[in-house]
Amino acid sequence: MEADRSTLEDGRGPAKYAGRRGLRRRRLLTAWLFMVPLLAINVLVILGPSVATIYYSLTEWAGIGPAEFVGLQNYRDLLVDGDFWMAMWHNVIWTVLFLTVPIFMGLLGAFLLSQIKRFQMFFRIVYFVPYVVASVVNAALWQNILDPTRGIGSALASIGIPFLDGVSFFGSERLALPSVAFVNIWAWWGFVLLLFLTALQSVDHELYEAARMDGAGRWQQFLNVTLPGIRPTFVFVVLWSIINSLLVFDYVYIITRGGPAGASEVVGTLLWKQAFERFEAGYAAAMALSLSFVSGLVVLIFIFLRRRGWEV
Amino acid sequence: MSIFSGGRQRREPSKIPYYVILMILALFALGPFVILVFNSLKSKAEIGRNPLGLPRSPVFENFPAAWTQGDFSTTMVNSTILTVGTIVGVCIIAGTSAYAMARLDLPGTDAVLLYLFVVSAVPFQLFLIPLFFLWSTLQLTNTRFGLIVIYWAIFSPLATLLLRSYLVQLPRDFEDAARIDGANELQVLLRVVLPLSWPGLLTVALVAGLATWNEFFFALTFIQDNNLKPVTTSFLAFQTSFSQDWGLTSVAAIYIMLPIVVLFLILQRRFISGLTAGGLKG
Repeated sequence: MEADRSTLEDGRGPAKYAGRRGLRRRRLLTAWLFMVPLLAINVLVILGPSVATIYYSLTEWAGIGPAEFVGLQNYRDLLVDGDFWMAMWHNVIWTVLFLTVPIFMGLLGAFLLSQIKRFQMFFRIVYFVPYVVASVVNAALWQNILDPTRGIGSALASIGIPFLDGVSFFGSERLALPSVAFVNIWAWWGFVLLLFLTALQSVDHELYEAARMDGAGRWQQFLNVTLPGIRPTFVFVVLWSIINSLLVFDYVYIITRGGPAGASEVVGTLLWKQAFERFEAGYAAAMALSLSFVSGLVVLIFIFLRRRGWEV
Repeated sequence: MSIFSGGRQRREPSKIPYYVILMILALFALGPFVILVFNSLKSKAEIGRNPLGLPRSPVFENFPAAWTQGDFSTTMVNSTILTVGTIVGVCIIAGTSAYAMARLDLPGTDAVLLYLFVVSAVPFQLFLIPLFFLWSTLQLTNTRFGLIVIYWAIFSPLATLLLRSYLVQLPRDFEDAARIDGANELQVLLRVVLPLSWPGLLTVALVAGLATWNEFFFALTFIQDNNLKPVTTSFLAFQTSFSQDWGLTSVAAIYIMLPIVVLFLILQRRFISGLTAGGLKG
């Protein structure tokens, strides 16, 4: 590319060369000028504060007033902070749920949808609706349906199925976390389905023909043609599910605020409270940096696998 | 796994089991919304007797009541300002930078692309805390403009990537012709590229608009003033004070989702392709 350009310019002779260079410089200036809004806002909102987080994580800081440098003290505190590790463990549970339920439902739904022609568009739209509705609305829907006294439990009880009656899904320490995760999964799985469906529809039909010629049944076709064909999407969904699970905030904050008694607290909600309710911004910054470090690590592993020829 | 068997038979297997499972999944996705509509039509007394079923004596009193008690005449305006401001800004910011990368031979385009990929994967938590205190110092907390600037920053990297990949595939002939006729770069952008790239811009506008309308995390953190809250965070407070009155909260929920759902049904193909493409690039 570079070599091409220089021979081209050399061939034009010295007189034209100067004019062209001026033109090129002006174009270059225009190009960077067009980038200014994007880069300026990005530095102001994302890059600058992100770097500042590294500094503040090494300080004791209430958010207002001067920050006192304390070295690695926040990280030492973090290592023995039971609340933090409990929240981290909840993120792990959340991740396991998100890596299984929505992916299974999405794959199943996408596979079935790819096999039918009539009403395919209808189903696609229906499955996608929860994904485009605001989290506060989705949360409210399920808070009503899963209400201990007026929800599905008492409705089932009145037709003779009593085992869910009076169960407080969001209010009990045992059920709060999986119940909140369930609501988030309900809002999320349709999106996973559509990603898989797009991938399925781009798998080469001749591969199925060939497999059928070789006497492969439906299930074998699924294992040997479909799954390899959608592997890039599959790996991407896995990556995205892990990162979303690490950073989850909305549904937990909206439905339980992390309660009862921290039973559904995740790192996202814990650090938010630490910064804006307990005014320990330095400590919260250390939590935020640790959380970002873990999610960055996941992305790096993904890139590493890709480099190793995984075609993900 | 009965649905997968039968492939070995000669006869094309019946698709009825497929439709049955798909219908169950559809009920799972839509059922809660059906209950929402039912409950919006019930009086307080009927909710108590019949919390999930069809309304036996439908009433419409909840609709005006929720509008005034939820202060929607204020919050709808706030959400609209936030959404329109974000869409316009993101289209300008992403449009100019995507144009610079796709058309003006920006040196270092690869480095910028890599930076944008990284930035669009950065957790909000990483920059939230210093950003909040920076915004307090600049007196941008509790302002709609301050929140809009944040939305510009978080939505424009992905929008730029989307628009750039759209622009790259457009033919350059028209632009070259305009340049030969003596148009400058701004004229080329406004008169030639803009009219050709509206489908890409529409997708970006839809994705950014949807995300802004539904946004919760930054709105919660940066706006405490009730007169400035968007519909999402305002709904949370409303729900807390009327938690027992499902008729009212159901109507409020309908008000919040109605604009999005209507727009989604009209433009669903573009929505779905934009969101899945945006996702795949994130």
